[in-house]
Amino acid sequence: MSTSLINLAYLVASALFILGLKGLSHPRTAVRGNLLGATGMLIAVVVTLLNQEIIGFGGILVGLALGSLVGAVLAVRIPMTAMPQLVAVLNGFGGGASILVAGAALVEAVGLTEREVTYQLTIATAVSGLIGAVTLSGSFIAFAKLQELISGNPILFPGRHVVNALLLIATLGLAAMVAVQPDQPLAYWGLVLVASALGVLAVIPIGGADMPVVIALLNSYSGLAACATGFVLNNTMLIIAGSLVGASGLILTRIMCDAMNRSLTNVLFGGVGAVASQPGGGKGDEVYAGRVKSAGPEEIAMILEIAQRVMIVPGYGLAVSQAQHSVRDLANLLESRGVRVDFAIHPVAGRMPGHMNVLLAEADIPYEKLLTMEEANPQFEQTDVAIVIGANDVVNPDARTDPTGPIAGMPILDVDKARTVIVIKRSLSPGFAGIPNPLFAADNTLMYFADGKKALVDLITALQS
Amino acid sequence: MELLVFSLTIFVLALFVGFEVITKVPPTLHTPLMSGSNAISGITLVGAILSAGLQYSTLTSVLGVLAVALATINVVGGFLVTHRILGMFRRKS
Repeated sequence: MSTSLINLAYLVASALFILGLKGLSHPRTAVRGNLLGATGMLIAVVVTLLNQEIIGFGGILVGLALGSLVGAVLAVRIPMTAMPQLVAVLNGFGGGASILVAGAALVEAVGLTEREVTYQLTIATAVSGLIGAVTLSGSFIAFAKLQELISGNPILFPGRHVVNALLLIATLGLAAMVAVQPDQPLAYWGLVLVASALGVLAVIPIGGADMPVVIALLNSYSGLAACATGFVLNNTMLIIAGSLVGASGLILTRIMCDAMNRSLTNVLFGGVGAVASQPGGGKGDEVYAGRVKSAGPEEIAMILEIAQRVMIVPGYGLAVSQAQHSVRDLANLLESRGVRVDFAIHPVAGRMPGHMNVLLAEADIPYEKLLTMEEANPQFEQTDVAIVIGANDVVNPDARTDPTGPIAGMPILDVDKARTVIVIKRSLSPGFAGIPNPLFAADNTLMYFADGKKALVDLITALQS
Repeated sequence: MELLVFSLTIFVLALFVGFEVITKVPPTLHTPLMSGSNAISGITLVGAILSAGLQYSTLTSVLGVLAVALATINVVGGFLVTHRILGMFRRKS
């Protein structure tokens, strides 16, 4: 196949990627969009295999077969609650591939072919190695945190900013060396090593609540690494596809930061929630003392009997107790009695952008019922009963009233405006932000202390009897 | 130099297209957006196939084959899991 034909095919593939992402703007067209993207990838791979300069197919086929097998098993086996972990790992693999491709290209250009060693090649190689390594190691730390192989809490050590600064300087120094003296391949692998350490130290201090931001950011990095590799290889398709992913990740990063009213800097360096339990513990007694009312399933069933509008607010606690199917049963039961039931979903509910929507979709809850924060908030005043399941900080009115608190100014779901609020939670323990929630002690709030799933099952039984 | 300017042009224009297309994705679909775009970032696979197939040296071939395997996991895993997620949204519509 001639170079022009190959490039034309790459153009088609790039267009399919754009159309594929466009398809994701509506649930009806999303499946087709994903298939278009996959088709684009297939075209890109097949056309590349037809490149006449390729002389050995054995290694390629082994790599493709192995990768397909592992990828397919991961994709089919993973439970929906573990989706953030999977995305983290896949990001990491993408970053790793970019490191290797850029490294191989550098070795080829410097020692093996007559290709001109330009600054574009060397600088892009350094950038690719740097971003790829941060993505690879950062993603695996994110995976380990989400999988609870290591603590999900922020891990802070004294002097970490100094260590990070030194590592950053070393990284930039090595990157400059790769750019100026490309005939020293060790500089490149040194860069990869130091940048990997930087990735580890960058993600370790970030706590569980901020994971949606980290995952979105790493997603962006994996795209930018591919993009840099495109500059190394002078391949426009890699540049286009990589920047699409880079843009997507950056947009999601911003949406997640806005949803918490935090700057990206604060998320990356703030260590929110790390020391929270000391002040929180004492203050919690003050907030809650004597004012918390708890109720059992029978009492709550009686309230729901006369309700006309119910809003369910799911949080990560729902995912942890795998209660998405029970919550659907409750919603169906209420609807069969003429109650209108909707779900109000905060942008950072769950552990990656849109994660809660996926969990509820898994339980067959129609996506028309999944309201965004903007859609739900004006409706709470007309809501008879708001049921909060395992959510904490995203319904904390302190965000509106306490300008000095760690979640000050964070947009929240205005659950407290509903006529009655039922909070299903195992205890009064604070959420990720580590602060008590005055909602739990409000006059119109009833606490239902139980595991999310068991609480719902008992509630359904009470409603049926 | 000319080639660099050309590549930069493509890069900047693609970023704009990306921002335009992706800001229209509703929050409900943010997870499939992420897993799907992630699969697309596995496009490095194309570069990996070239490294593995050109066989300039044992080192570059080994790096290439490793890269092919990693990128393929990213691509296949990403598209498949996105399909699986979207199937859940589709069923009742």
